[in-house]
Amino acid sequence: MTATPAGTTDFTSDELMEVNAARALASARTCFVGIGLPSTAANLARATVNPGLVLIYESGTIGSKPTRLPLSIGDGELAETADAVVPVPEMFNYWLQGGRIDVGFLGAAQVDRYANINTTVVDRGPDKPEGRLPGAGGAPEIASNCGKVLMVLRHSTRNFVRRLDFVTTLGHGGGPGDRKKLGMPGAGPTAVITDLGVLRPDPATAELVLTEVHPGVTVERVRAATGWELTVAGTVGTTEPPTPDELAALRTLKAAGKDAR
Amino acid sequence: MADIRSLQDAVADLVHDGDTVAMEGFTHLIPYAAAHEVIRQGITDLTLVRMTPDVIYDQLIGAGLVRKLVFSWGGNPGVGSLHRFRDAVENGWPRPLELDEHSHAGMANRYVAGASKLPFAVLRGYRGSDIPTRTDTVSTVVCPFTGEELAAVAALNPDVTVIHAQQADRAGNVQMWGLTGVQKEAALAADRVLVTVEEIVEELTPRPGGIVLPTWVIDAVSVVPGGAHPSYATGYSTRDNDFYQAWDPIARDREAFLTWIEENVRDNVRNSEGALTR
Repeated sequence: MTATPAGTTDFTSDELMEVNAARALASARTCFVGIGLPSTAANLARATVNPGLVLIYESGTIGSKPTRLPLSIGDGELAETADAVVPVPEMFNYWLQGGRIDVGFLGAAQVDRYANINTTVVDRGPDKPEGRLPGAGGAPEIASNCGKVLMVLRHSTRNFVRRLDFVTTLGHGGGPGDRKKLGMPGAGPTAVITDLGVLRPDPATAELVLTEVHPGVTVERVRAATGWELTVAGTVGTTEPPTPDELAALRTLKAAGKDAR
Repeated sequence: MADIRSLQDAVADLVHDGDTVAMEGFTHLIPYAAAHEVIRQGITDLTLVRMTPDVIYDQLIGAGLVRKLVFSWGGNPGVGSLHRFRDAVENGWPRPLELDEHSHAGMANRYVAGASKLPFAVLRGYRGSDIPTRTDTVSTVVCPFTGEELAAVAALNPDVTVIHAQQADRAGNVQMWGLTGVQKEAALAADRVLVTVEEIVEELTPRPGGIVLPTWVIDAVSVVPGGAHPSYATGYSTRDNDFYQAWDPIARDREAFLTWIEENVRDNVRNSEGALTR
């Protein structure tokens, strides 16, 4: 493991996260894209490692090919550039529940050591009302029915918590076999990509393990940003820094989105 | 049969205090003008239904007209939180808000059951989620053929569904295209249906992927050009992304919100009459 000295890099930690999230889609055929960071990653993948990737948005678009980052899940350009636009019940019943989508790409407000997700409510302590989050959206069934699930979110003890206040979306439950017992068709979360590194479930325990850090990030820093006693792989790799092409593609996508506003 | 009538009269006749109202639209074709007319008329104690309550439901909730929300994702798409929604849920301001909360797949299927006049729908959903602990409209059912346990979700049958579409003909047949979301199901599930449209045309030209709702499933059509703003109508307008951004600081502050509603909705007689005279 090597660390690039801080201050010598010319990319941000967010860009490291976004580029690595895009690379995780290199071999996917179809991706059900969540709002926010997953959408950034999926569109960057189309611009770099996987031009043929079929992007599917819950608003009903299949095979969207936007030239900029969509400004919402129902951005007009997603529909205008799609192979097909379908009604929302069809999207969830035929395409998602029908098992036709390889990868679900999700963000989260809170995640636990088994990659379970909370996007519903957060406990703010005694005598205080629960903090309200947006809610489930498509995530519970995306995580259940897609072949596998990738996640992308920023790494902090606020997000990576010992115990979820609410389970909106099941990852690996409480350990191996839990998904199977519930009859969930997909393999569940296979990687969580953050601005510090990459976590993957241990095949034996289903618990998320730190397998890679981004250039310049130490294992100690990831541990400090994780709300549970983080297990670390025997050998922790270092992700490849973004190539100039990847960075250029990401910045072009983001700039085009700003122009559209 | 759909009567073509003013928005003011249609809302007054079709939407009543205490109703369950669905104003659907998945980012696209959201019936803002109709919702503003509901605010102007002060129609209250509503149960609002929608998969993706966004800024317009934030406005109705902040105006104190909403008792309960049935939904699956509540946010300002591409921006962040709905602050009036959060304030109502977290602090009970301006009144407490009861929630019936689902996933998107669950809500879509609840409308399908409602449109099909079935009591419930089945899906392979909600597994491992805590959502069923907070609602009495999710249960389970065992497949009589395979023995598989599946989620059952209660049908949604709104008293009124309000949607926006691109065109109607003079007989009140309506066509919409682009992202058509869950609007057809929401309309067919409801007892009463109001559709606002961009324009009346002599003849509806079939569009790829377009949905036609025949006049005999609609109660009223009102002509409201731009009635989806700040959302959009494919072929007529684009989404006003700046408005969604600008809404965030307005909605964060109770006073700023109340001032905005007074100036832009309640006192906006010119806009209201402009819509009526078309």
